[in-house]
Amino acid sequence: MDLPTFLVQCLNALQYGLLLFLVASGLTLIFGIMGVINLAHGSFYMIGAYLAFSLAPVFGGNFAATLAAGLVLAVIFGYLLEWLFVSYLYERDHLQQVLMTYGLILVFEELRSILVDNDVHGVPVPAWLSGSVQLGDLMQYPVYRLAISAVCLAVAAGLYFVIARTRLGMMVRAGSSNREMVQSLGINIKFLYRVVFAAGVALAVLAGMIAAPVSSVYPGMGAQVLIVCFVVVVIGGIGSVRGAFLAALLVGIVDTFGKVLFPQAAGVAIYLLMAAILLWKPEGLFRQG
Amino acid sequence: MRKSRWMILSTAAVAVAFAALPAAAQAQAKLKVGFMLPYTGTFAALGTAIENGFRLYVTEQGGKLGGREIEYVKVDDESEPSKAADNVNKLIKRDNVDVVVGTVHSGVAMAMAKVAKETGTLLIVPNAGAQAVTGAMCSPNIFRSSFSNWQPGYAMGVVAAEKGYKKVVTITWKYAAGDESVGGFKEAFEKGGGQVVKELSLPFPNVEFQALLTEIAAAKPDAVYTFFAGGGAVKFVKDYAAAGLNKTIPLIGAGFLTDGTLEAQGDSAQGLLTTMHYGDGLTVPKDKTFRVAYVAAYKMQPDVYAVQGYDAAQLLGIGLTAVKGDFTKSKELYAAMGAAKIDSPRGAFTLGKNHDPVQDIYLRRVEGKENKVIGVAVKSLADPGRGCTM
Repeated sequence: MDLPTFLVQCLNALQYGLLLFLVASGLTLIFGIMGVINLAHGSFYMIGAYLAFSLAPVFGGNFAATLAAGLVLAVIFGYLLEWLFVSYLYERDHLQQVLMTYGLILVFEELRSILVDNDVHGVPVPAWLSGSVQLGDLMQYPVYRLAISAVCLAVAAGLYFVIARTRLGMMVRAGSSNREMVQSLGINIKFLYRVVFAAGVALAVLAGMIAAPVSSVYPGMGAQVLIVCFVVVVIGGIGSVRGAFLAALLVGIVDTFGKVLFPQAAGVAIYLLMAAILLWKPEGLFRQG
Repeated sequence: MRKSRWMILSTAAVAVAFAALPAAAQAQAKLKVGFMLPYTGTFAALGTAIENGFRLYVTEQGGKLGGREIEYVKVDDESEPSKAADNVNKLIKRDNVDVVVGTVHSGVAMAMAKVAKETGTLLIVPNAGAQAVTGAMCSPNIFRSSFSNWQPGYAMGVVAAEKGYKKVVTITWKYAAGDESVGGFKEAFEKGGGQVVKELSLPFPNVEFQALLTEIAAAKPDAVYTFFAGGGAVKFVKDYAAAGLNKTIPLIGAGFLTDGTLEAQGDSAQGLLTTMHYGDGLTVPKDKTFRVAYVAAYKMQPDVYAVQGYDAAQLLGIGLTAVKGDFTKSKELYAAMGAAKIDSPRGAFTLGKNHDPVQDIYLRRVEGKENKVIGVAVKSLADPGRGCTM
């Protein structure tokens, strides 16, 4: 591999890692702070992609408006979902959480099949981002992919700021380490959890929406993402957004270079990474609380 | 209570009476066809198309094949290989079907072929292209009305060599269908003087192609041969175009790359060349009547899967007509099916020794939302049936 190829591959790795982070951050929030294993997280990603597809005609292809509307819907949806289903899971053991959220996957897939269909659909890249940048004489890099990375970086910075620097973030962190104590201090923990869950859903939906133009939308697209995201969350340390960020980049690098350098073992590369890190740090890179 | 007991008794009596009837009378009983197809999941639309095609032919024959009325039983195989043996056993042992028709997913089809081979039940595969089904697993009672993965690949290899390409990179998912397709391509292309310089692959069903696209750009081949289907095909074609590679390195592939995916691929697929046993704008008269009938019956356009289902029914019909509906004459039935000339919408075809279609593979170019047939890549191409000792 010569230097230009290597640099482009690094860009590929970074770009994939950032997108993974966007999905995984929501998962790690819900998992780490609320203690709920949410298998339906991949479905939220899928719902995001399908929202981008079905809302696009409504807003006449205005991507920013589609994104905004999708996010509002996602927050409402997450809020209702927590109130209707997830709020009953906090005191239950993991098996029941897995059963419930697995059930949700089936429901969402079926709803998708009824509401849209089982075909593959494309979502157009917004016109103002549809150009591409020439990288040396090697290949072109679509501007949209770079824009995705920029959005992911902005979300990462925003999340860091909210969690580390704001009152809400303080309550969230406190709630994750000691639920009862926070409650006795007069903070409405139920509402707090509802907000965190809605935010987690919104992050996954956002990821699905901005990924839709490059990944297209198709049945079962959430399942793949879910598995990789669990790897990211486990490597990063459950509940740690900072850990998820580092882990997502690591997984991006290992996956990209694994495919190129060891194509025969590409399928297991990220799992080997996970195993190695867990041997070294059984709780992941940054264990919260 | 009393009444229901009476009903059980009388049903039993009728059953005994039927069992006592001679075989000739039994031939008049309905023939049970068991569909084992995906009705949920990614391949749901394909399963439905196959069933529609099959039913269309039977309806055209007045609901009878070889003089016997047809009755259907359905099982959703979920494209899940781990449940395949259970599902097919359900059809054969519980529902006592005479014929099993299925399926789309190659892994499931392999399990079905295994059970069919063991139990001797007639199996018609209306899609799954795994070579082993008519290779190592081949058996007198196993037939295929679709294609083998090797066929479109081989045909494209011939085309690529004729176009004068010297260096080609291949890319596919690392699984049987992809390997077999690329294998077919490589065989023909290298026979024609070309060289496959790099075989790229990624785990199924991973769709993160960017790293491999960079490898392709660095290798600068004359063309790229690919096997992808469904969502992966859409994403690959779009990513390939977004990376600007379509302007410098032609992308060619097995027909699945652009089948049922053109709406989603949009501009990025225009002009792509693919090979397949069916396409749009065929001049086969049977295709015109088939399309009209299909649209009238189901209010949607048929696709290659509907054709394969239709031909599965034709194949069974030819066999049953030869034995006048007597399913017990399995030897004659299979012989008639094996020698069948099927008047398919794709153009007439026969079966090879290994019961795989010997068919023309068309070269097609994407124009708008259609896979326009622009010629025949290879005439009467037969799967080599490697490993088949029949």
